[in-house]
This record gives sequence, C-alpha cells and structure tokens, in this order.
Amino acid sequence: MFDFLEGYDLLGAFWVTVQLTVYSALGSLIWGTLLAGMKVSPVPLMRGFATAYVNVVRNIPLTVIMVFSSLGLYQTLGIALGADATEDINFRLAVLALAAYTAAFVCEALRSGINTVPVGQAEAARALGLSFTQVLRLIILPQAFRAVVNPLSNVLIALTKNTTVASAIGVVEASYLMKDMIEAEAQLILIALVFAFGFIVLTLPTGLILGWVSKKVAVKR
Amino acid sequence: MKPMSGVSVTKGAEDAAPAADDLVVLSNVNKHFGALHVLQDIDLTIARGEVVVVIGPSGSGKSTLCRTINRLETIDSGAIAIDGKPLPQEGKELARLRADVGMVFQSFNLFAHKTVLENVMLGQIKVRRTDKKAAEDKARSLLDRVGVATQADKYPAQLSGGQQQRVAIARALAMDPKVILFDEPTSALDPEMINEVLEVMQQLARDGMTMVVVTHEMGFARSAANRVVFMADGKIVEEATPDQFFSNPRSDRAKDFLSKILHH
Repeated sequence: MFDFLEGYDLLGAFWVTVQLTVYSALGSLIWGTLLAGMKVSPVPLMRGFATAYVNVVRNIPLTVIMVFSSLGLYQTLGIALGADATEDINFRLAVLALAAYTAAFVCEALRSGINTVPVGQAEAARALGLSFTQVLRLIILPQAFRAVVNPLSNVLIALTKNTTVASAIGVVEASYLMKDMIEAEAQLILIALVFAFGFIVLTLPTGLILGWVSKKVAVKR
Repeated sequence: MKPMSGVSVTKGAEDAAPAADDLVVLSNVNKHFGALHVLQDIDLTIARGEVVVVIGPSGSGKSTLCRTINRLETIDSGAIAIDGKPLPQEGKELARLRADVGMVFQSFNLFAHKTVLENVMLGQIKVRRTDKKAAEDKARSLLDRVGVATQADKYPAQLSGGQQQRVAIARALAMDPKVILFDEPTSALDPEMINEVLEVMQQLARDGMTMVVVTHEMGFARSAANRVVFMADGKIVEEATPDQFFSNPRSDRAKDFLSKILHH
C-alpha cells in the first residue's frame, strides 16, 4: 500500500524540516527576547524601533519575507550568509527569514508575559540597586518566560508548520518533497495524509511537553 | 496648622545632632499626580540613627513621600539629598545610591521565582559583588536574626505574610543600607503576624538603624520612634516626639485623626 514511498527520502526531508525549525526557533527566541527588552526599555528610540519592527514584520506574509530574503538579500545584495553551496545558502536564508518573522510573535508573547509580572518585583529589584538590564535579566524575564511557555509553544508549533514556506526558495524540506511526489505518484490522498501525519508527529509532542513544562515552571504567587 | 519645616525633634543624645549628621534631606519637595498635588512643599530632615514614623490618613501622601526618597517616585520640584549627595537621574549613579537605601514594601515584593536564601543573596552578589560563599553566610545569619532561618530554601509563596516581610527586611539589611524605608510594612498582614514584624523593626531601631516608617501602627510609633511626622492632604502638618504628638497634638487635623483611631 505504501509502495509509492519507495525511492523518496522521506526521513531526510523531515530532518530538514526539523533543522529549519530548531535553528529558526533559537534565532527567533534570541531576537524576540531582545525586541521585548527594547519594547520595555526606557530609551524611546529602542521602544520605537521594536514597535515598528513588530508591526511591519508580523503584517507581511511569510512568503514575501522568504522571497525577499532570497531575491533581495542574496541575488541582489549578494549576502550569502557565509555559505558556498546553493543548498546551504537557501537553507540559511530560510532560517533567517523564519527567525526574523517568528521573532515578532515571540516578542509579543514575551511582552504579555512581562505584563504578568507585578510592578512590585521590578521596584524591589531597582530598590536593591540593580541596573535596568539586571532587573530585566534577573527578575522580569525569568518570570515572564515562565508565564508564557504555552503561548511560546503555540508559536513554535506555528513555526514548525511555517517551515514549509522555505520550499518557495528551494529548500528541500517535507512539503517540497510532497509536491515532487504528488507530481510523480498517483496516491494523492495517501501522500497528503503521510505528510500531515509527519507534521503531527513533530508538533503534537511539542505541545504536550511544553504544556507539562508550563505547569512545572509556573511561578507561585 | 503651620508645617514644622525642617525641625528635627529627637530624643535623648540625638538632640544635639549637628547638621553634618543629616542623612536624608528633603527640601521644598513638590509632586503632582495629574491634577492632584500629592506632596506640597515638603521639608523633612532625617538624622543618622533616627527613627522617623510618618502617619496620617489614607491619601495624605505619606507612601509617596517614602517612595521619593529612593526615587521610585520622581518629584516635580525641590531637592532630595542622601548623605549629602543629591539624588541623580535614573542610571548607574542612582542604582549605586539606591543600594545604600533599603526598602521594605507593603506587599513584600520578594522575588517570586527565587528561594528565600537567593532573595537575600541577590543584591549582595549582583550589586555589591560579594563572593557567593560570603553572601550566603551573611544571608543565613540575617535570616536567623529575623527568625526565618529554617525557611531558607523555600519559595516566598510558601511562607506566611509575616515571614515574607521578615525576609524582605533581611534582604534590605543584606545591603548594609544607611537608611531603610518602610512603606506600610504591616498593612497587608493578618493581625496575628503584625507583631512578629514589628518586633524585628523594634530591634533594628534599638540597634541604631536609621529608619523612615510609614505606618498605621500607633503602638510602634509610640515605642520606637524618635519623631512622629503627621501628614494630611500632601502636607506635613505636625512634627513632634511621640509623647508630645499622642498626648498633646497641636493641630486640629492631628487631633481629629487621633480621636478617630485612638478612642476605642
């Protein structure tokens, strides 16, 4: 029944999906945290930048950002992100686009987490003589992260599925392979089901594990 | 109802305290919250080693006054100096100055994601750059001093309000502050826990800590204060020793206030 799978590197394609997800998740987590920090900073320029970034990036379709990353950054400006092979260049550009896009959502999730931390926590920290960055790093963000594990888990699941957009710039991940197979094989519904199942295998545990983590690390007040 | 501006009425040996020993000086401080003039021409001088209790009706500006001293609230005009240095703008300088000014809040504000011990160690390590071992030793001895040594490894939410507030006092003490500000430290506590916190504060007062205490605890004001500052409607209405203030208040506003809280 599953003969049509023969000759295709299904695991390899999903492995690329996993790699895209992991690198983009790390990148968006770091960049999104920095953006959230800017959004609550006392410097108006930083607040303005972060607000503008989030509003612009989250309102542009990911496909457009992905294509811009390839056509604009690489083909026009020649930015290859330190890679030589086309395959590597595309992969890195896709990670950059995914991370830049997802960071806007990480920033917003984190900012709602920052809002759950009582003002008194920051006041007590400032009263001790901690600097703004210390207050943020030691007191506010650790509590904010614990409050937004679930929303971040949603962002991660969305990111996992969004990696399929990378096929638009030629990254051979799961959905790229799916399109190939649909063109060459007759079992359309089965192929779709196989790939749907593959994504559920990736995202379902993410949601379950992070849901458990969320309860585990919740700050008791 | 003239404010007793800048008059330092203190007990015993402190009576002859020279001006050089003024630790906190507020002069002509004004602050507005929108249209509300919460602090009006406040002049207040607190000498080293002095315990000043600020009392007054709700909304009189006493908490705001307390919070301006370490600039958690900014002021619109006037000047505040601590140990001869004017309060700087937000930044490194201010952080350094805040490290010398302890603060105890009404709602404790212990760091919820850190254990009791970590709460008391944090400022020492991150601000004072004390090494970890020394910070822990000091934290443990301070927790012992305020009577919560056995709770060191618990999280704040696992402690009673009284215990949390005593940890908060230990956290402030860990910085070796020149002065500690208490912003209604017992107002959020169950009645049975108020005394355990007041006892710690009494002990601090006896040990010579400079304290500014905003409170509704008249018993504490009577027994521990060198001076009572009575505020109403954003002004300092009266300053006197506790004996003078409670037995013979001069202003009508203070008489009215005391008659409402003391007659039963």
